[in-house]
Amino acid sequence: MNKNTENKTPLNWGAMLRQASVPIMFIIICVICIPISGLSANMLINEIITRMGRNAFLILSLLIPIMAGMGLNFGMTLGAMAAEIGLILVSDWQIIGIPGMVLAAIVSVPISVLLGIFCGRILNQAKGREMITSYIMSFFVNGIYQLVVLYLMGSVIPIRHASIKLPRGYGIRNTVSLLGMRQKLDNVLAINVAGVKIPLLTFIIIGLLCLFIVWFRRTKLGQDMRAVGQDMEVARDAGINVERTRIISIVMSTVLAGLGMVIYLQNMGNIATYSAHSQIGMFCIAALLVGGASVDRASIGNVFLGVILFHTMFIVAPRAGAYITGDSMIGEYFRVFVSYAVITIALVMYETNKRRARNASGQRLAAAQKEDEEKTAGKEGEQ
Amino acid sequence: MNENKAPLLEMRNIKKDFFGNQVLTDINLTLEAGQVLGLVGENGAGKSTLMKILFGAADILETGGYGGDILLDGQKVSFSSPFDAIAAGIGMVHQEFSLIPGFEAEENIVLNREPKKPNLLDEIFGDRLDTLDRKAMDEIAEKAIEKMGVSIDRHMVISSMPVGHKQFTEIARELSKEQLRLLILDEPTAVLTEREAEALLDSIRGMSARGITVIFITHRLQEILSVCDTVAVMRDGVLVEKVPAAQTNVQEITHWMMGRASSSSASGKAAKEDRRDGKDARTALKIRKLWVDMPGETVRNVNLDVREGEILGIGGLAGQGKLGIPNGIMGLYDAGGKVEFEGQEIPLNNPRKCLDSSFAFVSEDRRGVGLLLDESLEWNVAFPAMQIQNKFLKTYLGGLIKWRDEKAIREITEKYIDELKIKCTGSKQNARELSGGNQQKICLAKAFALEPRLLFVSEPTRGIDVGAKALVLNALKKFNRENGVTVVMVSSELEELRSICDRIAIVSGGKISGILPAAESVEKFGELMLSNVI
Amino acid sequence: MTESNTMKDKIAEGLKNFGVPRLIIAGFLLLLLIMAPFVGADLPTQISNIINRFSWNGILVLAMVPMVHSGCGLNFGLPLGIISGLLGATLSIEFGFTGGFSFLMAILIATPFALVLGSAYGWLLNKIKGGEMMIATYVGFSSVSFMCMMWLLLPYHSPNMVWGLSGKGLRTTISLEGYYNQALAGILQINIGNISIPTGTILFFALLSFGIWAFLHTKTGTAMTAVGSNPVFAKAAGINVDGIRMLSVIMSTWLAAIGILVYEQGFGFIQLYMAPFYMALPAVSAILIGGASVNKATIMNVIVGTILFQGIVTMTPTVMNNMVHMDMSEVIRIIASMGMILFALTRKTEASR
Repeated sequence: MNKNTENKTPLNWGAMLRQASVPIMFIIICVICIPISGLSANMLINEIITRMGRNAFLILSLLIPIMAGMGLNFGMTLGAMAAEIGLILVSDWQIIGIPGMVLAAIVSVPISVLLGIFCGRILNQAKGREMITSYIMSFFVNGIYQLVVLYLMGSVIPIRHASIKLPRGYGIRNTVSLLGMRQKLDNVLAINVAGVKIPLLTFIIIGLLCLFIVWFRRTKLGQDMRAVGQDMEVARDAGINVERTRIISIVMSTVLAGLGMVIYLQNMGNIATYSAHSQIGMFCIAALLVGGASVDRASIGNVFLGVILFHTMFIVAPRAGAYITGDSMIGEYFRVFVSYAVITIALVMYETNKRRARNASGQRLAAAQKEDEEKTAGKEGEQ
Repeated sequence: MNENKAPLLEMRNIKKDFFGNQVLTDINLTLEAGQVLGLVGENGAGKSTLMKILFGAADILETGGYGGDILLDGQKVSFSSPFDAIAAGIGMVHQEFSLIPGFEAEENIVLNREPKKPNLLDEIFGDRLDTLDRKAMDEIAEKAIEKMGVSIDRHMVISSMPVGHKQFTEIARELSKEQLRLLILDEPTAVLTEREAEALLDSIRGMSARGITVIFITHRLQEILSVCDTVAVMRDGVLVEKVPAAQTNVQEITHWMMGRASSSSASGKAAKEDRRDGKDARTALKIRKLWVDMPGETVRNVNLDVREGEILGIGGLAGQGKLGIPNGIMGLYDAGGKVEFEGQEIPLNNPRKCLDSSFAFVSEDRRGVGLLLDESLEWNVAFPAMQIQNKFLKTYLGGLIKWRDEKAIREITEKYIDELKIKCTGSKQNARELSGGNQQKICLAKAFALEPRLLFVSEPTRGIDVGAKALVLNALKKFNRENGVTVVMVSSELEELRSICDRIAIVSGGKISGILPAAESVEKFGELMLSNVI
Repeated sequence: MTESNTMKDKIAEGLKNFGVPRLIIAGFLLLLLIMAPFVGADLPTQISNIINRFSWNGILVLAMVPMVHSGCGLNFGLPLGIISGLLGATLSIEFGFTGGFSFLMAILIATPFALVLGSAYGWLLNKIKGGEMMIATYVGFSSVSFMCMMWLLLPYHSPNMVWGLSGKGLRTTISLEGYYNQALAGILQINIGNISIPTGTILFFALLSFGIWAFLHTKTGTAMTAVGSNPVFAKAAGINVDGIRMLSVIMSTWLAAIGILVYEQGFGFIQLYMAPFYMALPAVSAILIGGASVNKATIMNVIVGTILFQGIVTMTPTVMNNMVHMDMSEVIRIIASMGMILFALTRKTEASR
């Protein structure tokens, strides 16, 4: 008569261990590889701090769609592309330093919003397979991005400076230098602790975003997103506009990813025009999953743990690989493999857990009936 | 509470038909504030439709609305969605829970009505960016739970709650709505333990004392008598009786629920001469201690003998487990126990073995289980027979290659299209494009093509029109009588069972509560149906 | 009257089934073909190119069919099969087979790998019903990046394949000259003017297509289609749903392995490392352009789709280059093929996925 079955989840060590298995695996990899790589502690910490400043904002942008039940937003690259367009235009306008960054961010936001709405609408059409759709979406928009940057910029969209234009007169070069912005944000308020440079302002911005996310979870919209994420039908019955809420979550994620990409690129100091965004999604998602997040649950803690573990592996693996096999490429391939493998494992775990939850309810019922049946059988026996 | 003289709710001449099929006829009902009305009736008597009309459900509007007037406080109202009904003070607790599993009870109680604390951002982005006022939420939830009179932990997460507490959370959610004046409870005690059900009844008394009107739908007549002021009995879309609860008893209510006009009960007698006694027939199917884990249709410890060559009906109220019996035996849901066919034990949870033992099954879920909607009628009819019995195949290379014999498939399909008068453009048409009745005939054809010795048919006439109904039933009967196939037919419509079955077993509470000859009086069946309702 | 009506209906129905996106792509290709002579491109060469590329890619696209039929969705895990093929190719050369015989041996060696990897892949996909496509994508990626390490580490010695300098680790591109370059294409090749038709490759494709077509007409093939169409129906009809799905995955994987070998014999090179990475996407979009959906595909879809897709890939660069002096072919290819996949994903399929 009721479809809901009793669903008690006592403290389950097995489940907890399964959840923590990916971070534990990474800790083991890191512990083995760090000594082999021969990197000094100082250097390693320096690198990790740099990469944390560079990536954390981007990874944080993934949290909101997870909250809204839309899984890992492979479409975050859309925001990254918007940011790149912003930065290309700003460097053509020769606005440098922090003002340039702010302007690039401002240019990127409307583009991100439009792309986010587009992506959100498409995902609403593909409920239940959001991830594969957002993944294909990132390729599709990449095609449009190339059309704009490679053909329209310089021919339709005015680009004045030859330094970023291809020699043929239109299109943007493979690399656009951001020398005027290079680490401008990181260097403001940077402090040096025992030889480790800490980009304080960048961390303050990341901290503010964390505060924003914490605050956002407590808003009405945040509550609605959680509700939509857990059960769309119930949320709709309660009068929540499900479609709109889902679009908003994707728009927010895209905009934040755009801002994150500006921070990322100012740290790098140049834009790899046609490839910078393509790997970003994959590495950010892998890092988040390494931090112990799953497709339907992720926290700020997962982001930071993930950045530290994933990037430690990223730094030490090539060197360790080179040391062990004598071939530097092995380590390169290893870290790519690990990134993909982590995502695969997380996806498989998510799907099998979904099935396990379904099966478990059936098994409980069956057991209860068996008991009931045995009881009756016992009674009959007594009679 | 009684500021107006007009009653709280008045329903005048409510009529409703689904595509010409009259399901409600001239319902008149008046309810005063604080009154508790018990609404009873068999499944399909029209209770749910009436409540849907009252609650402004979308499917009522989509199927052409309803006739008659609903008046609240003497004012005519017309709801275009459940939200209008809620705004007017009507609350409804459905049989299926509508709760967010990962939220606390409290969050569910105030879902989408959360009190908010405004901040600067809401000027720009609207009030969805207000933060939630947790303290106020707490107060609302606490008040609602207090109003309900059953204590539940308002900070407990729904997914870790026992079923009964989920039910109470739903009730608390309705009570937390300030404007609530009329609460509809649709079989709320079905999932509760005895003690919880007792608490709920107390809670209903409490609500009534506060002036909230309650419409209480249940099959447990004892509960109705203990808590309701008035009992209303519906049958075949008509409100047959409305009496004060104090002036009636369980037997009388059962009689009203089941009692048929003389013409329809004659159908049982008319066919009597055709009935087989079958007492000396062999037992074909022997079911012992069967349990089936079919959600919503759980079967517990069923023992049943089916005689060779008979049509055995299985009836009972919805959710009591009658559907679980064929589904469990045929291996579609987890099952345990012992099933023997002609002395051979049939392993459970293995559809293949059942089909190999020449069983066939026409599922109640036509579109989900019964058909390949996107394939041709030919495929639908021939597929199981081809897979199980290697029919309609041409073999080459000494059986190595088993090639589909399109011609044989077309012939058999066309044969059944003729025989069962299936309306279609041809045997190549996709099953999806047929009407419900014709789809059902395809399902029958599929089972007939298997030439089974035992046929399970589950709800063969659900959702199909009268003409098709008669044809389907006749086809079943003919198949049984001419081919000597034993038929087990499950249906919620007792009349239908009585018109073609030899014997009818009634399932209640997941168990067989009794087997009677089809010609037995309806009241007897009614008693069995309600005997151990869960 | 009625006849003309039904005719009209049939045409309208046909157009509807053909689908707007497909119509646009077919129209675009037609436009390119008409324009080609005017912008100075040699039409026969172009057509010859399309036929050749069709013969290289056809089997990779065909590899989509079994999994689509059994309801496992589009085989984004195609790289797994490709890897089996690559193992067959490199081992065949390593063992010293040459000429056309090395092609046969490559197929033979690739087969057990495809069976083993396919079974494992099928087992995994049975565990995660409903999430096949995303996981298939990442299974493909993981296996490609894993094999990147293996190509370096496995003890290959054939001097034609390993890096000359270090003497170990396979090269990124291995020439098939002296091995099975044009092994199939050379058979019965027809040359008329600028048109050259690789008859052997096309026959081989036709043979495999016929095999799949025939399989789908057998009892097991019928069961496979039913499983994809409605798994619950199939279960109720006594079909071992998981077994059928597993079989379809193995078939897809094996076809992908054969597909890459055929591709290589036409192309003339083995491409290792990251090359198989994005090979699934063109094959997926080709079959969708051909009219398949997430859970329905026919041999005709494969043929039409491969011709349309490869037609656009070969025609756009030449025509565009000659016309506007801009090579926009890559961008157009990405937008068209990804747009097609997106379109297919947003269609409401009646099956549960």
